[in-house]
Amino acid sequence: MPETISLEVLRYSPERDTEPTFQRYDVPLNKDWVILDALNYIKDKVDGSLTFRWSCRMGICGSCGMMVNGEPKLTCATFLSNYAKEGRPVRVQPLRYFPVIRDLVVEVTDFMSKLQSVKPWLIRKEEKPTSEGEYLQTPDQLNRYKQFSMCINCVLCYAACPVYGLDPVFIGPAAIALAQRYNMDSRDEGAHERMDVLAQHEGIWGCTFVGECTKVCPKNVDPAGAIQQYKLTATIERFKSFLLPRGAK
Amino acid sequence: MAKQSNEPVLWTLFSAGGVVAAFVIPVHLFLLGLAFPLGWIPAPRYDYLLALVHLPLTRLYLFALCFLAVFHWAHRFRYTLYDGLQIKHLNELIFFCCYGGAIFGTVLAGYLLWNFR
Amino acid sequence: MSDARQTTRYTEYHPRWYRSRVSTWWWLARWPYLKFILREISSVFVAWFVVVLLLQIRALSRGPQAYSQFERWLQHPPVVLLNLIALFFVVFHAVTWFNLAPRAMAVRFRGKRVPDLWIVGTNYAAWAAISLVVAWFLVRS
Repeated sequence: MPETISLEVLRYSPERDTEPTFQRYDVPLNKDWVILDALNYIKDKVDGSLTFRWSCRMGICGSCGMMVNGEPKLTCATFLSNYAKEGRPVRVQPLRYFPVIRDLVVEVTDFMSKLQSVKPWLIRKEEKPTSEGEYLQTPDQLNRYKQFSMCINCVLCYAACPVYGLDPVFIGPAAIALAQRYNMDSRDEGAHERMDVLAQHEGIWGCTFVGECTKVCPKNVDPAGAIQQYKLTATIERFKSFLLPRGAK
Repeated sequence: MAKQSNEPVLWTLFSAGGVVAAFVIPVHLFLLGLAFPLGWIPAPRYDYLLALVHLPLTRLYLFALCFLAVFHWAHRFRYTLYDGLQIKHLNELIFFCCYGGAIFGTVLAGYLLWNFR
Repeated sequence: MSDARQTTRYTEYHPRWYRSRVSTWWWLARWPYLKFILREISSVFVAWFVVVLLLQIRALSRGPQAYSQFERWLQHPPVVLLNLIALFFVVFHAVTWFNLAPRAMAVRFRGKRVPDLWIVGTNYAAWAAISLVVAWFLVRS
């Protein structure tokens, strides 16, 4: 294995630059290093001005998402040695389709507000008092939504979704998957409240099932599946409300 | 409740059309477009086809096929133009051309099959 | 005399964010995107098939001579080529459609999710069966 590997990292300083540029760094090629280790090496030993987000370094906080050779990845979960044989530098860029604040840090408020709009919490008509005990749930009931609950809000799916790139009002994969996580939860009674937001053109109907979101998800949430399943649910609701206008609700 | 979108209806037609197109069009196109013209398989005779299409069930099948397939195209093509070419400002024009075309195709199919002698 | 507890007023510094525009050729940049666009373009060939079908029905209703003319038109090399390409796209549509089917429907049997392969397999089996039925109706004289 060669001793070093080259990284080409996108640099952007809002105070100095009008355009981002690439800067090349050579880092040691350790077989158990991930891209995040390389970035921390650069920041510690080579260039302290390099700015990027990270936290848990074990694939659960969702902070370290970046584009590595054009693909959205968690840099704490992507091994440097995977790119050793390529023969060209590893390109590290900030997550696609989000505004760049500085270097590899992007502005994700858009996602945050969209997530909030789908009310990602248990909604009940009446809360059960604690004295009545817990909400009980069978393993089968858990399995209906468990996959969608694995989302770590890393927004790699947004970086992969061309619809989001082309139409930033699109609510996006993770938000819909998380809405489904609550819709499918047997303890939740708020599906109707979420439907208003989701059943818009900027909601599920913007999705054309490209499927890239599912491919890049590090937690196997399958947002594309969540969206398609919700399209069916929303359609059935629409037909129901058409056929029984006063009945259903 | 927010304004009821009509997307679900269009999506249903798209899905139904997609299912029908997937199951049935490949064999039809293979036979009609390649196997029969190129002589790989002997083509059905005129009299036979005439009698076959005369049956109400056949005409119903053909109408359903045309109607659903063409609405499948309209929905998918509309989104392709919208996303692929980023010509959102022509949104309404695209909408009317696509679904208008689908309605035209459906009416044409209905007319041809209804007046089939 | 100024109030000792006068609150400091900060001028908000808003960094100049960099936003790159998505190119019109975004779909050429990555192979999965190109595959997606090809899949969507298959709908054009689905519509083309409807055109050919309607031409056939019209020719049938106009008599044997008109129908022979239609059959000869189908034999022209450009038309054959177009139909060959159309067939490729229509099959591509069918394959991608069946492969995505299990995603769109969470089919549950007795609480457990039915394995994706079963749904895909059922679709392919149905495709084969239906194709045979259609062929049986048409490959006759």
